[in-house]
Amino acid sequence: MDRVKLFIPLIIFVVLAAMLYWGLGRDPNAMPSALISRPVPTFQLPELGQLKDTEDTSLVVTGQPEILDETLFLGQVSLLNVWATWCVSCRVEHPYLLDIAETGVRIISLNYKDEVEAAQQWLEKYGDPYEQTISDPTGGLGLDLGVFGAPETYLIDHLGVIHYKHVGVVDDRVWRTTLQPKYQQLRNALPEAEK
Amino acid sequence: MIVEPQRNASVYFLRGRFVTLKKATLLLLLSVLCLPVWGVIEVDRLSSPALSERYQYLVAEYRCPKCQNQNLAESNSPISIDLRTEIRRLLEEGASDAQISDYLVARYGEFVLYRPKVKNSTYLLWLAPAVLLLLGLLVIVFIVRRQKRAVNTSKTALSSTEQAALQALLGTAEKQNDKTVNPNEAESK
Repeated sequence: MDRVKLFIPLIIFVVLAAMLYWGLGRDPNAMPSALISRPVPTFQLPELGQLKDTEDTSLVVTGQPEILDETLFLGQVSLLNVWATWCVSCRVEHPYLLDIAETGVRIISLNYKDEVEAAQQWLEKYGDPYEQTISDPTGGLGLDLGVFGAPETYLIDHLGVIHYKHVGVVDDRVWRTTLQPKYQQLRNALPEAEK
Repeated sequence: MIVEPQRNASVYFLRGRFVTLKKATLLLLLSVLCLPVWGVIEVDRLSSPALSERYQYLVAEYRCPKCQNQNLAESNSPISIDLRTEIRRLLEEGASDAQISDYLVARYGEFVLYRPKVKNSTYLLWLAPAVLLLLGLLVIVFIVRRQKRAVNTSKTALSSTEQAALQALLGTAEKQNDKTVNPNEAESK
């Protein structure tokens, strides 16, 4: 019994060390989305639209903007990228999103708490990887999605259900190790007709 | 302002200025003491004092999703400002505290609750303090009991052979003491 007692400090040390080591590898900022496995919240927001004249960068109002809603996500697997012109990291991931879009991935974007004109100029200047851009100047849809900072990227299936949320910049490593495998999995699960 | 002459030596060559400096320093130090008060700088525009009171309670109950060590009241990040606005809106619409909680949890998860709900995944969190306290008490009881037992056994009388052995040991110890002590005494004398 006394011999067993001698090992108690060692056991406590090993357990503590194991716990601390496990904690070391965890990201303290990681926060799972509350909307995983839930459908995209309902919304009614305008499409961002484009600067009409590429020569003249002054904004030309192009009539009534198209109104988008959650049916936008039906039928295809999509990425939903949350961005804004005030967001420095969004500028960092932008070229990579252009690359991904070129490989045929459907990216919808949410222009979050931004000025419409500034956002249009940004897409004009750096290129537009998005099939459509939802304009959300007040951040209402962002709030419903649980967005707490841009950039964030959601993976949404063909039924409009959110499967994954990545907070932070999407780069080559993030795309290849986490987003692409999940994206492919959803694509493979699609009924033949919708591929 | 008339400044009374003070006994402090440094006052003589600074006089009035020294006192204002001292007051300013004191004020600065005191303001550092109440750092949390700096958090809420917005004027809440709620229609009734009762709502205002609930608002103040609620914003201290929820955690800012962006800045993880602050509550909504302390944080000035854009998301906290938005969430405070949402809470004000919900309060004005007559939502109950539970409805507001559900609203926030549906969007930002249980992460925003400083008091997570008691359920399977949070049992450890809720019960750990009580379990640790109980463990500590058990250890104390164990130690006290052992000490008592040690005192009890020492009280039992020694057998005659043990007495003899003890006397023998004491005898030799005294002799050794004499040997070691004597030379010193001789020197000092």
